[in-house]
Order: sequence, then C-alpha cells, then structure tokens
Amino acid sequence: MKIRRRDFLKGVAASGLLLAAEQTPAQAKRARKDLPPNAVGILYDSTLCIGCKVCEHGCKETNNMPMEHANPKERMWDNPQDLSAKTLNIVKRYGVAGEKDSVEGFAFIKRHCMHCIDPACVSACPVSALVKNPENGVVTYNKKACIGCRYCQVACPYNIPKFQWDSPFPEITKCQLCSHLLAKGGISACCAVCPTGASLFGPVEKLRLEAKRRLAMEPGEYYDFPVANIESTEVQQHRVGGYVKHVYGERELGGSQVLYLAGVPFANLGLPDLPEDSYVALADGIQYAIYKGMVYPLVVLGGLIYIIRNREEKKE
Amino acid sequence: MQERQALGGKLLTVPFKVCAAIVLIGLFFIGKRFIFGIGSVSNMNDGYPWGIWIAYDVVVGTALACAGYSIALIVYVFNKGEYSPLVRPALMTSMFGYTLAGISVIFDIGRYWQAYNIFLPWLSNLHSVMFEVALCIGTYILVLWMEFAPVMLDKFKADQLKARLNRIIFVFIALGILLPTMHQSSLGTMMLMAGHKLSPLWWSGFLPLLFLITAVVIGYAAVIFESLVAAIAFKRPMEMHLLSKISALMPWLLGLYLVIRLEDVNLRGYLPLAFDGGLLGNLFLLENLLLLAALLILAYPANRQSPRLLFIASCAMLLGGSMYRFNTYIVGFDPGTGWQYFPSVSELFITFGIIAAEVMAYLWFVKTLPVLPRLKKA
Ligand code: SF4
Ligand code: SF4
Ligand code: SF4
Repeated sequence: MKIRRRDFLKGVAASGLLLAAEQTPAQAKRARKDLPPNAVGILYDSTLCIGCKVCEHGCKETNNMPMEHANPKERMWDNPQDLSAKTLNIVKRYGVAGEKDSVEGFAFIKRHCMHCIDPACVSACPVSALVKNPENGVVTYNKKACIGCRYCQVACPYNIPKFQWDSPFPEITKCQLCSHLLAKGGISACCAVCPTGASLFGPVEKLRLEAKRRLAMEPGEYYDFPVANIESTEVQQHRVGGYVKHVYGERELGGSQVLYLAGVPFANLGLPDLPEDSYVALADGIQYAIYKGMVYPLVVLGGLIYIIRNREEKKE
Repeated sequence: MQERQALGGKLLTVPFKVCAAIVLIGLFFIGKRFIFGIGSVSNMNDGYPWGIWIAYDVVVGTALACAGYSIALIVYVFNKGEYSPLVRPALMTSMFGYTLAGISVIFDIGRYWQAYNIFLPWLSNLHSVMFEVALCIGTYILVLWMEFAPVMLDKFKADQLKARLNRIIFVFIALGILLPTMHQSSLGTMMLMAGHKLSPLWWSGFLPLLFLITAVVIGYAAVIFESLVAAIAFKRPMEMHLLSKISALMPWLLGLYLVIRLEDVNLRGYLPLAFDGGLLGNLFLLENLLLLAALLILAYPANRQSPRLLFIASCAMLLGGSMYRFNTYIVGFDPGTGWQYFPSVSELFITFGIIAAEVMAYLWFVKTLPVLPRLKKA
C-alpha cells in the first residue's frame, strides 16, 4: 500500500513537470487547419476601392442593421465611426490628400469579419454560438445559444465581434458573409454592389490565384479585373498601381477566407503584423497536453480520493 | 476532532451596517443594469469587453478565495493534520468568494437567462477554455457548500445527516483539490488567446502555470491575513505557530514563481520593456517587487515569528499576486485602435457591493456558526 501511494505522488509530480514542460509554446502547438472544401470568401483590393461606401449601404440593407449617428443632435445620417453592434462593414480612409495608394497620400480599407481558417472566436465560445461551417467555412452566430460572455471579443485578433451594450437583451453582431444570401445561391451584398470590383466574392482557392495574378502585374499597364463575383464574366479594365507584395490573410494566424491587397503597408491600414501560427493552435495544444481527454484529471481525482479516504478512516 | 465555537455577540455592529448600505447601493445599480443593459452602468466597451467584474470579482476574487484550496492541499495531500484548525475559516472564505464570483458572472454575462446553455451537452464546446472554467467553477461552488455543510449541520444538530455526509465527504474534498487546480490554471490559459492584444510582459505560454502558482500564493496569503485580522478584530489569540509554519513554504513558491516569470520574459527578449519607464513596465516591476519583498521577509525564520512582518508579507503577496492577475486581464490588454477603459462609479459600486456582501456573510457566519476553534477557558 505504502509503495503504491508513493508511486502515485511520483506520478503527480511527473505530470506537474509535464505540465510545465509542455507549456513551452513551441512544443504544445497543434497542427494548422486546412481550408474547408468549398470555402468562399472576399478579396478586397484597396487599390481598386474608390471609397464610395456603397458596400456599407448594401450591407446594412440586406442585414437590416440600424443607422448609426456620430452627432447626437442631427440624427439624419448614418455615420458610423468604426465597426459596432450597428455596423458590420466599414470603409475607412488612411490619409486625406495626395496621391492614392501611397504612404504619403491616402488609401482605403474595408473591414469586416475575416472568416478565419482557425477562428479564435469559434474556439473561444463555450456554447458553440459561433460556428464555422464545415463546407464553405463561413463563421456564423446563433443568438439562441449565446450566453453573452464576450470571450469571442477578447479572443478575436481583429476585434470583429461587437456587443449590444445598450440593450437589456444584448446580442453579438458580426459579418456572417451574408450567409442568408449564400443559402439562396447568391453572393455577399458588399461584393454584389461594389462598382469597381474592389470587393470580389468567390471560392477562396480562386481568390488566392487572382491575388497572385495581380501581384505579378506590371505597374502602369492596363488589365482586366473581374467584378462582384470571380466566377462571373463581367470584367472592367483598370490601370495597375503598385502593390505591396503580400496577400494579407493568406498566412496570418493560419490564414483567413477574406484576403487583402493594398498599395500601402497593411500595418498603416490597421491590419497588424501577425505570426503564421494562430493563438488558437497554441491554447488548444496546451489544453490538450494537460487534459488529453480528461485522462490526467480523472487519474489525479482517483488518487486524491484514495489518499483522503485512507486518512479519514485512520482518524476514526 | 478539533472543538469549534460560534463567537456569538451582537450582529448589527457599525461595520455590518456600513456594509449593508454599500450592498444596497450595489443592488440599485444591478437593477439598472438589468433594465437598461450593461452599458448603462459600466464603461466596458467593444475594445475592452471585460472590465473589473471579470478581472476583479472573478479572476482576483477566486484567487483570494483559494484559501480553502491551499489549506486543503497541505492538510490532505501533504497530510499535515495540525493545520486543520485553519480549515473551516478558510473553507468559509472560499465558499463566499466563489459563490459571489458566480453571482457576479450572472450580471456580467449579457444573455444570463440562457446561462444554462453551458450545461447542454449538444451546445458545449470542449475546445473552449471558457467552457472548462465555467463548468469547473460552477461545480466547485457546489463542492464548497457540501464541504462546509457539516458546519451548518453541527449548528442544527442534524447528527444523522452529518454522519451520512461524512461517509462520502472525501469525494468532495478530493474534488475540492482537483477543480481549483484545473480552473485556476485555465484562467491563465484563457488569456493566451488574446495573443498580440496582450502586452508581451504578460502574454506567455506559461500563463497557466503562473496563474496556478499565484492562486496558491494568494490563497496562503489570504489565510494568514484573515487569521491575523480576525484575531485582532475578535480579540482572540493569534495562531502564530501555524501561520509561521505555513509561511515557511512561501519563499520556495515565490522563488519558483519569480524565476519562471522573469526568465520567461527575458528569454522572449522583452525584459527591456520593463525598464522603459512606461506604465506597463512600472507595473510589471511593482508586481514582482512586491512578491520579492514577501520572499525576502519570509526567508528569515525569525521574521516568520513576528505577526507584524507576517502581516506585511501577506499584504505584499496579496497585492503582488492580484496585480499580476488584474494586469493580465485589463492593464496589459490593449486591443489597439485607441480603445480605453476605466471602470465607472456605478460599475465600481457593484463590485464594492459584492465585497461588502462577503464581509457581512463572514461576520454573520463566524458569530452564529461553529467556525473558529474553541478557546481554552483560562
Ligand atoms: S475575424 Fe474574428 S470574428 Fe471573424 S472569424 Fe476570425 S476570429 Fe472570428
Ligand atoms: S458572447 Fe456569445 S458568441 Fe461570444 S463567446 Fe460568449 S457565448 Fe459565444
Ligand atoms: S459579407 Fe455581407 S455581412 Fe459581411 S460585410 Fe459584406 S455585406 Fe456585410
């Protein structure tokens, strides 16, 4: 009996060490995730965007989102400052004057959910209110499941999910890639209404190839650019400016289904430099190392019960 | 078994009434929150979705409530029965701390009426650290009440029931050690996902381990603090022989913590951030200096015999450990794009209300239930 107890304590110590050892980030990571088979997404090309904000309007219209007022008195205009519980999509401008798509000049950026390949919000949500569709990879929200803990907001590296702070029955809001339109065979509203093809909808594989094609283009030359949906035949001719040689969203944190091209560094547009491994993979890896299907906790519990019962009995 | 006594005495003292007033103010704002939404009482925002209700009430609060866990570890796992006089008061503070943390969660979460979704197997997300923490803390609150039940049964002379409970109590004691080990480390794992939004002075692969150690450190510090304050307030002798023995453990724990904490930041190359004179760097230094001070005080056996120095060391540990946790959740967290957060008055009053409720419950229980050890009649 004595030996067994000593063995058990040794075991506890060992798993303690293991716990410590496996916490070095490099070892505990789990593998990266693959793109879902029929993943769809958006390629936003900042150099094609003219900042008309028609996509903001299209998004609000199809998703029934309310107006947002920056001015407390004049409540006539929808005037969002940033993404919020009322605004799922916003176009912002970097710089005010000068040459378009240059660091000294100005550039546009459109922000909404990235539909990450390894989404932190999905992994964070305790009640599966946020899920990633296994087919098309769209990350959707279910208010019937949500408890409003806001861990998704803490976890999302792009600060996308928003919370209705002024409601007694609040919901989380975020872009769901217009999944109600996709279900009817349509495409996302922001891409459908975009007049220049700056917001382009399509299968992610094709969007990635299109992005590569654009990066290889000769600056100053004219090329055909697809509009709205990469699978449609509608094209427009544009003169190519200079691209930053990077497809943002291809690798960042394991990649996302929304991709960005731009003429100025992405950090200037509010898209941070991020590592290629997602924080999810790291957190998952550590949780897995410690819990491995609850085996360790159960073993420890068994051992504790055994020791404590022995001691309590001895006392009597 | 050790003899215990209820302290008796008047309940409606001045401190008790002051606490009651604070609780009432807190309740008013809680009412407001339920009618007009969280934004009407709190400064939390889309950049800082968690404020003091999570960072203080839950993350720091449950660590302060690790008194029961820390004492159980030493009494049951390391078989040091001599500490058992400390068990009941420690268990009781844990019970209140955790229960009130559980209650704060209910008004913190937006869709509280669906909170039971956590328990629906088809919704549970086994990958979610939040899921594990919620389930673990929920169960632990139950376990604490079961562990404490014998004390109440004592009072009502329900001996049969007590005997029956005592036959299975070891299961609850075992769970009472396992569950905090799990969720206290997971509270650290939780912030791993904040990634680049958390300052590298706090973000680390060692978050789970550091959170576990601070839970134990804060737990012991709370035992020492509570028992010294209770001794003074109720004019009882101090349990110095036990307290100084417990505190002999602390230099080791603190040493382990500080080595991991500093070496981790150093190896990742962020130590210069600590000395750049900014707010974050200074807080990082302060946090660790407080723990270092406690280590230095407690490293000398003579110091551990002095109630004054013990008290100072326990305060340093409570502060340093709590700051580490608070900074990880709020101060070191920066979502970017200029978001800011400072708790509003009403938000603070809800937290004060929680603390006041805890003090009231403590006073009520020690005066009416056999919690503290019986004193030998002189
Ligand atoms: S961008 Fe944020 S909200 Fe969108 S899928 Fe990724 S983690 Fe989730
Ligand atoms: S707020 Fe809702 S959607 Fe977000 S993590 Fe919590 S339960 Fe999930
Ligand atoms: S995909 Fe739909 S919901 Fe998302 S930003 Fe575009 S229009 Fe809005």
